[in-house]
This record gives sequence, C-alpha cells and structure tokens, in this order.
Amino acid sequence: MRIRIRHETTYRYAEAPRMAVQHLRLTPRNHDGQHVVAWRIDVDPDCRLIQSEDAFGNTLHRFSVDGPIESISTVVEGEVTTFDMAGVVSGAVERFPPILYMRETPLTTPSAAICDFARETTSKESGTLAKLHALLGAIHESLTFDAAATHSATTAAECFEQRNGVCQDFAHLFIACARGIDAPARYVSGYFLSSDAEDQVAGHAWAEAYVEDLGWVGFDPTHGVAPHENHVRVAVALDYLGAAPIRGTHSGGAGETLEVKVRIAQAAAFSQSQSQ
Amino acid sequence: MDSRLTQFDELAGADGCTRAPYRKLSQWLASTPPELLASRREQAELLFRRIGITFAVYGAQEATERLIPFDILPRILARSEWAALEKGLIQRVAALNAFLADIYGAGDILKAGIVPADLVYRNPAYCPDMAGRRVPYDIFVHIAGVDIVRTDDQGFFVLEDNARTPSGVSYMLENREVMMRLFPELFALHRVAPIENYPDELLATLRSVAPPRANGDPTIVLMTPGQYNSAFYEHSFLADKLGVELVEGRDLFVRDDVVYMRTTEGPRRVDVIYRRIDDDFLDPLCFRPDSTLGVAGLMGAYHAGNVTLANAVGAGAADDKAMYTYMPEIIQFYLGEAPLLQNVPTFRCREAEALAYVLDRLDQLVVKEVNGSGGYGMLVGPHATKAQIEEFRAKLKAHPQNFIAQPTLALSTCPIALASGVAPRHVDLRPFVLQGANGARVVPGGLTRVAMTEKSLVVNSSQGGGTKDTWVIDDAWVDEEAMGQA
Repeated sequence: MRIRIRHETTYRYAEAPRMAVQHLRLTPRNHDGQHVVAWRIDVDPDCRLIQSEDAFGNTLHRFSVDGPIESISTVVEGEVTTFDMAGVVSGAVERFPPILYMRETPLTTPSAAICDFARETTSKESGTLAKLHALLGAIHESLTFDAAATHSATTAAECFEQRNGVCQDFAHLFIACARGIDAPARYVSGYFLSSDAEDQVAGHAWAEAYVEDLGWVGFDPTHGVAPHENHVRVAVALDYLGAAPIRGTHSGGAGETLEVKVRIAQAAAFSQSQSQ
Repeated sequence: MDSRLTQFDELAGADGCTRAPYRKLSQWLASTPPELLASRREQAELLFRRIGITFAVYGAQEATERLIPFDILPRILARSEWAALEKGLIQRVAALNAFLADIYGAGDILKAGIVPADLVYRNPAYCPDMAGRRVPYDIFVHIAGVDIVRTDDQGFFVLEDNARTPSGVSYMLENREVMMRLFPELFALHRVAPIENYPDELLATLRSVAPPRANGDPTIVLMTPGQYNSAFYEHSFLADKLGVELVEGRDLFVRDDVVYMRTTEGPRRVDVIYRRIDDDFLDPLCFRPDSTLGVAGLMGAYHAGNVTLANAVGAGAADDKAMYTYMPEIIQFYLGEAPLLQNVPTFRCREAEALAYVLDRLDQLVVKEVNGSGGYGMLVGPHATKAQIEEFRAKLKAHPQNFIAQPTLALSTCPIALASGVAPRHVDLRPFVLQGANGARVVPGGLTRVAMTEKSLVVNSSQGGGTKDTWVIDDAWVDEEAMGQA
C-alpha cells in the first residue's frame, strides 16, 4: 500500500523564548516491510538542521534557533510504500543485540501488579510468540483508550493501575510485560492509516518484541493486532523518550501551546482530496 | 572474629615491632606530651572550620552540612610500597579504558565470552547513546579514584574502581596543607613526596584530551550540579586551584553543536568540560527530560567531537560492582598481563552456587548492592542485627543479580589521635589516577579514609568516616639502616 503522510507540529509561545533546541525523530527508514518513496522535513523559522543517526539507528535531526521565538513549526511530508509482513520486522537497521532491550527504564519498569498480570496472562501458553500474543490480546481487552487520562510522562505502572491511556501507554505496558516474561521489547513510534479518519491529532505508537528464530515482531496493543500495511514505522527505542517524534527545550519564554495535525491517507485518495 | 579484624596495624606490624615507615613517627609520638597532641587537634579543627570544608550527608535528619572528622596523625607508606601500588593502579585504569572503548565499540570481550553480554547491556550505567562513538584518544576514564585496602604488609587489594565522578581529592590537598601548618617538625623528619602538584597534573590531563581545534589552548570549565550537591565544596575548590571557571548547566548553551559559556564579554567557546554531574543529568534532550542541571544539546556537541567530557559519558559501565568481579580477566584480556593489584575475593550472587554460599553465611560476609555507592545499600554481616540480616536475605532472594558478597576483610589499622590517647582504627585509601593522552600519572598519596568508631569497617564520609593525610616517604632510611647494621 502506498501511504501519504503530512505531519505538522506547531509550538506557539505567549511570551517569546530566547532560544530553543529540538531533536526530531520524524524520518522513517526502509526495511523489508516499508519503502520510503519520498520524504522531506521543513522547520520554520529557518535554521540549520543537523542530520545524524542516533544510537538505535533512527534518523535524528537537531536544530537550535535564536529568539525571540513566537512559534516553531515543523512539517514532515512524504510517501511510504508498505507491505504486510505479518508483524515480522526484517531488514531494519539494528545497532544492538536483543539483550539490550531487556533494560528497564523509568517509563517501563514493571510493577508487582504488572508482573502478576504478565505471568497470569501467559501461564497457559507455551513458546514466546504465543505468550506475546496472549499479552497483546489481554492488554487490548483490559485497557480503555482515553486521550485525557494520561500524559507523556505516565509510566506503565500508572497506566496499568488506572486501566486507560493512549497508544504510548499501551505500548509501554506491553513492553513492561514482555520484558517481565524475559522477552526483549522496544517502543516504536510511527503512523497508522485508519479507515475512519484521515486527520489525526497524533502519530501512533506500538511495540516490538524479540522472538528467537523469528527476530523482531511488532505488536500493536491499541488495536490488538500485529502491525500490517497500514503501519509506517519511524523510530525505535527503549521507551517513548528515546523515540519521541519531537524532544525539545527552550530557555526563557512562557505559555507554550502545541498543535499537531496529522493527515494520513492512501496515496491516491490523498491526491484526490488535495485537488478538491 | 574481631581479633582477626584487627590483626594488621600499619604502625605496629603483625608482630608488634614498629614497621620501618613509621619508626620516626613512633619515636616522635613517644616523646610528645599528650597536651601537645590535644592542642594540635584543636588547631586542626579550627583550621578546617575556617577553610569551611564541609560535606552534605544524604538522609540525615538534621542540617546537612558538617565537618568531616580529621585525624592529625599521618598515614605513612614507604616509596617502595607506593611504587608497586602506582604500577598496579595505572595498569588497572588502562584496562578500564580499554574495556570501555571495547564495549562501546567492537565488543571483543563479549564475543570472547569473557564478560557476559547481559551484564554490560543491562547495566544501568551502560549508555546506549555512546555505542559506536569514539572519544578522544579512546580515553573514557580521565580521573579514577580507586579504593584500596590492605590486610597485611604484603600487598594491596582493590575494593572499588570509581570511574564516574570520584570525589575526595580536595580533602587530600587540604589535609596536606593543614598538616604542613600543624607539624612542620614532622615534615622536617621525613622526606614526604609532594602532592600539591595535583591540580597542575589534572589540568595537563584535561588539556591533553581537548578537541584538536583548541590548538593547545583549550577553554576548560568545571561543571557542577550546584551548591546543594554533597561535593560542591570540592567543585569550587578544584575550579579555583585549576584556574578554570566553575559553571552550572545554566551558564552553558549549545549552538549548532558547539558549547558556549555565557560570560560578561559575550559567549565563549568551551572545549573541555570536567563534569562533576552524573550522566543522567547532562542533557535533558538525551537523558532525564526533567533535568534542569544539564545543557540541552550537549550530547550533540559531544558526539560531533566539539567538546570533550571528562570523564566520558557511560564510563560507569566499568566500575559497577558486578563488573568489578571480572577485572582480573579484563586486565588479562586487554593488556596480556597478570593483574598487579588483587581483587577482594567476591561472590557473584547471580550465580546460583555463590548465592547459596552467601545466604548460608550472611552473618560473616559483606553484601553490597551492585549499583550502590557511598556505603548505602550494604550489609556488614558481623556487625549487623538479626533484623538487618533477614532484610538483606529477602532482598537477595528477590534479586540475586543485584548483589555481590565479599568476606569481611581484615582491613589494616592506623593510629589516630583521640582525646583519650592514640588508638588504632581501620583505614582505606583512595589514590587518584589521571589518564591523559600524554600518559598516566598518580600523585603519591591519596585520601586515607578512617572509620572513627572503634572496630567499625565503614570508612565512607557519608557514614561518619574521617580522613587523614597520606604520606609517601623516601625509603632512604632502609639503606641507612642496612648500612648501619653491616
């Protein structure tokens, strides 16, 4: 499937900062399940974008701008061709052995309750893959999607306690559970082509876990499925913090507001809607 | 047990016959009236108060700043003893650096199966962001504070490799300064090797690892987490001695991968940061996003090679207590040499057999948390209550991989001067090893920490330990004596 994506993020300030620095992980790379046909990135105000690769092999853009800054707007736009690989991720850039993805992070530390949940959920299954699928189903069942319930610093333990959250929280919980049953797991940020809404207010997130003999396998606990051709994979890391589309900071200034517009459509449909 | 714990006194020796390095001190002590010692102790206290050396203690209920107890009697090592120790320290730091360059590079030691990969990759101090990066001259550890103990007059054991931001060197320098004022007559009796050049050596080390663009004249700063840090006094002291700016994160900024310091004359480019702030707080865009102590974009500048951080980010992956147990193999692997300094025999509780052994002997062993430091999270079996032992037993069973255990060492003792007279107390030693592009150096001496409480083995200043001046003296007397006897 050919997917067209436009993702615009605008920070506005009531009181202009002196300076701002941002790290962007907004550029997808190729692997067997996806081919990036075209991609561009634009930042306003004008600045020097420094491109590099981060520790996990993600494409990283960094910039700093001088104030006074009224707003910072970042637009990424492009087309990606995707293939359904039944969730298996092959041909991706791998910078670490799977064991690294057993590291605990503050956002993914399993609480005692999470450990119990993971054990109970998987006790009847044999084999890592079956256990992970059991977790996928159980997390999808037991959590309610609620955009108002959590924020970007909500931990897996907090999310599990309140039983609701957004895709980021679902992914963190899956990662905590997977590591809890000794399967290396990681966070994926990306995009999801939904059948009911072209315009979205955020990107998507899911998880990948390592299965011996199969390699890295994707799990999307928000939708309760393995990622397929509607998923575009952008960045991986131990948790949200390492893969966040934008991480930034500013000095001085106040009253920051954030607006995100994401438009995802099948390439043909997208151009039709553009020409209307 | 306790008799075994007090067997080796560095003055009295094993046989009660005063050891050679202490002979003059011992004679001097015998001829010195107790009142004089008492008045010198008071003077010392006064001097330290005036200088204002304090140390913040975490977890203490009452006010946080207090004076570290100082003992006025020097701890003395003969130059021959020191020479052997120095060689071993330099070897050890060379191995630590080779190990770090390897685990962030090719990973040969993991491929060879010498160190288990999970110990490296799951180590909280391992920094994924450093993987595949080179640091100038492959030096990760520029300043190490290696904790050394001895149990007899034969050799020294390494207790801990501190490869992150080891502290204590200001006490080493201040202790010497105070001693020279208090006891000029004792210095006249001994040829004590100088340590006052430590700041110069440190500066030379930092300069040697500056990025090439600094053209031999780098701007160096010392970065502190701020005045609430337990070692803030040392940070300001060292910056002053080094003649470099003491900065906090908010004094620095990064523009296009270059670090600048705000000054009254405008931004000034920074080449080397001697940072006394933990990895986690260095850059809110890479590590803890809530850190207000760091500099946004610092890691970008670091990876671009525009600034050198000392010690390197991720150096803590080598000084972890679990990694410590592999140091003999690590030294052999990279240097092809046998270790000159021995490790304390250590049980890795992650290994089932070792765990069973340790659980059976909790009342005899010292159990340490792998990632703990400063004497926190530690069980000293012979001195622990039943309740403390059971608490550790539960912790050990729940997370054996987080612990190591060691026999309670018969740490050597040195005399200290108390109101009641001279008495032996347990000591350790933290020499400071510098590794630059131009070689390794260790100023002769270090920080001797002393457990002020009788029979106590915990010397950490955070646990009420004190300090002493440490002297390395010329062995000339050995020859004199040998000739006298001939």
